[in-house]
Amino acid sequence: MILEARGLTRHFGGLRAIHAVDFDLTQGEIHALIGPNGAGKTTFVGLLSGRIPVEAGTIRFAGDDITRLPAHRRVRLGIAYTFQITSIYPRLSVHDNLALAVQQRGAADLGRETLAALERVGLAGRAAQEAGTLAYGHQRLLEIAMGLALSPRLLILDEPTQGLANAEIDAFKALVRSVVPETTVLLIEHNMDVVMDLADRITVLNAGEVLASGPPAQIRANEAVQTAYLGG
Amino acid sequence: MKALALHLALIGALLAVQVVLPPYHYTNVARVMVLAVYAMGYNIAFGYTGLLSLGHALFFAAGMYATGLAVHSAPALLALPLGMLAGAAMALAVGLLALRTAGVAFMIVTLMFAQAGYLTILYYGPVTGGDEGFVLAREARMLAGLDLSADGPRYLTALAIFGVALLANLALVRSGFGRVMVAMRENEERSRMLGYDPFRTKLIALTLSGLYSGTAGAAYALMFGYVGASFAAIQYSILPLLWVLLGGAGTVLGPFFGALLMFYLIDLSSSVTDASNLVVGVALLVLVLFAPKGILGTIRERGARWLP
Ligand SMILES: Nc1ncnc2c1ncn2[C@@H]1O[C@H](COP(=O)(O)OP(=O)(O)OP(=O)(O)O)[C@@H](O)[C@H]1O
Ligand SMILES: [Mg+2]
Repeated sequence: MILEARGLTRHFGGLRAIHAVDFDLTQGEIHALIGPNGAGKTTFVGLLSGRIPVEAGTIRFAGDDITRLPAHRRVRLGIAYTFQITSIYPRLSVHDNLALAVQQRGAADLGRETLAALERVGLAGRAAQEAGTLAYGHQRLLEIAMGLALSPRLLILDEPTQGLANAEIDAFKALVRSVVPETTVLLIEHNMDVVMDLADRITVLNAGEVLASGPPAQIRANEAVQTAYLGG
Repeated sequence: MKALALHLALIGALLAVQVVLPPYHYTNVARVMVLAVYAMGYNIAFGYTGLLSLGHALFFAAGMYATGLAVHSAPALLALPLGMLAGAAMALAVGLLALRTAGVAFMIVTLMFAQAGYLTILYYGPVTGGDEGFVLAREARMLAGLDLSADGPRYLTALAIFGVALLANLALVRSGFGRVMVAMRENEERSRMLGYDPFRTKLIALTLSGLYSGTAGAAYALMFGYVGASFAAIQYSILPLLWVLLGGAGTVLGPFFGALLMFYLIDLSSSVTDASNLVVGVALLVLVLFAPKGILGTIRERGARWLP
């Protein structure tokens, strides 16, 4: 287990956004987190990454209790998060965006390693361009590239394929496959083809609670999941 | 390389220009160089890190008063670094509290701190001279054998401090930490999720900013022989903001050119009209309308992308 969450809870006022969730991640797996809109997926990974403070419960990462650790310290331990709503540095160049991630990981030759990170996602040709002027799909890609450039042990992707064209989605799938098993991937995704294609295991969240968890075939066959989410 | 050469050229030009400067401008340019150090400090916080403070006069005054008071009983060579440290320490202390806020709240909190500092100076009149301040004796202004009340040594001292501050500023903004400062300004949440500690980054930047401000205040006291409460007032918190906006926020050379231009704008206009503040106001209006990025910011935008 690289990550173990127990009794994780976060309410917003009366709204039980996440309630008493137990969750495990196995080292090296691609784990998909699915559920209807408002199920609490973003909130849940916010608790894991430290963006949102935990109300109750514990999180252990690689054996250490990180429940109270601030977000930036968790990133340094190896938990990277890419935002559901693209969050890059729009006024900096594509190169500088990525250099900030590479620098954080530590680099002997910042320029060369940043270039390598750019090439990995096919953005090397746009290195000098201002990131905010990139096409939407390229901005998503840059965001994912920043997460990858941290060389994380756990990469959390919050709806990475949202708004991507089919060709871009294929490239994305190849990219994710290339990082396991060194990196464990937690993927929030609405596109069921992507989920069924990539995921080793799936957890279904509904109204802040875990509805089901298991391998894709088992989730597909699960009646409760079909009623709540897959729409029969 | 190109950038380093350009900044060295400015220092060289300021060294060369002394032979032709008439006495009046000789003193003025020395004054501008010291004020430019203050502006550079402000720019580290505001231009690069995105911290809009309205209380920097507190850091300038901390340096000025620490040095001015210390020099009564200690040599200037000791009093000067004391003033520099006072500026940094004051900024660190303010930052520990004020950086828990952001945006408008940060502006207000820094303004309140500076106002409290200003009132403290007035309150402890017997020590600080109240709103009249105090004059430094000529003997007290001997810095390692240099008589800072004389034009030549004063100019050279100002240039030395300015030169070191400028090159250090250049090195800072091109360093890894400099990149992180800009990252905080551009997108704090993203920076946090890349593993950078926003509070720590901003606290270090503000402390460096205070070090520059304190250095300028300390040097000003020794060079011009006067310490007064007006330097702790709100005007002296606004001025560096204006200099930086005029010269170009987030550029290394901007603060100097902003301070120089504003100084001579006020100087020239006050020789022809009483309404020099109006002239400054109009200049700023023109700036905001036609070159919102300031002089250096506009040059950078129009082609010189490499300008740090
Ligand atoms: N900061 C907040 N304050 C109040 N309510 C919130 C906050 N963040 C999320 N919520 C609510 O918590 C619930 C879960 O939201 P969350 O964003 O985690 O869902 P999600 O599963 O990611 O949805 P989507 O698929 O639309 O991204 C929603 O009802 C949302 O309105
Ligand atoms: Mg979401």
